[in-house]
Amino acid sequence: IETQQPRYLSSEAPRDVQKEIGDLVAKNKVVIFMKGVPEAPQCGFSNAVVQILRMHAVTYDAHNVLVDEELRQGIKDFSSWPTIPQVYIEGEFIGGCDILLQMHQTGELIEELQKVGIKSALMDPEDEKK
Amino acid sequence: VNLLTRNMSGMAGPVASIIERKLTDMLKPSHLQIINESYMHSVPKNSETHFKVVVVSESFTDKKPLARHRLVNDVLKEELSSGVHALSINAFTPEQWDKGRQVDKSPNCMGGF
Repeated sequence: IETQQPRYLSSEAPRDVQKEIGDLVAKNKVVIFMKGVPEAPQCGFSNAVVQILRMHAVTYDAHNVLVDEELRQGIKDFSSWPTIPQVYIEGEFIGGCDILLQMHQTGELIEELQKVGIKSALMDPEDEKK
Repeated sequence: VNLLTRNMSGMAGPVASIIERKLTDMLKPSHLQIINESYMHSVPKNSETHFKVVVVSESFTDKKPLARHRLVNDVLKEELSSGVHALSINAFTPEQWDKGRQVDKSPNCMGGF
């Protein structure tokens, strides 16, 4: 079995995961860290997040922590949040599956998306006038 | 009223007991329910890795959901950095609970860990 060891060339700096994550959450309005990928989630909680975002027809970046152990730990340190999935809107940590589900149920998610210029597919045409 | 799930032999696991004690001491809940959901996931029998907690407490008044969850996470910091791998939190104020807020069913496992 081959294990991949990080190889440091003399001109390469070691990985700065926190900075990487800072860059990742700034790259798109909605960014999620999950287990698996949106086409094939590997965790029921991650899947719930994917399905909710699908209902709102949101485009987002998704990062799979199962293929990157440093990212998996790093994202928990970054947000001081102990579990995966994690949802970021405009660089701000919003919460995990429970919170996203609650926001979806109360309509708060539609509002949060609207605030950053994303029109949810579930938005009531009446509310668009607001 | 505290409800602690018990396994087949009628005993609550050690981790569940610690979670109950810590949440009771720190948040003084009027209602507390701790459910070991590890059986729903791809982990060995009698694991204590996945939990759902329902906490009703005045401590949550005027706190947004994220703040409430962070409060619970903080109380259970040690457990979350050792064996507890997933924590589903339902945090209500007594007013919300009395109005009949529902606890959501946790999603099914999809195989990964």
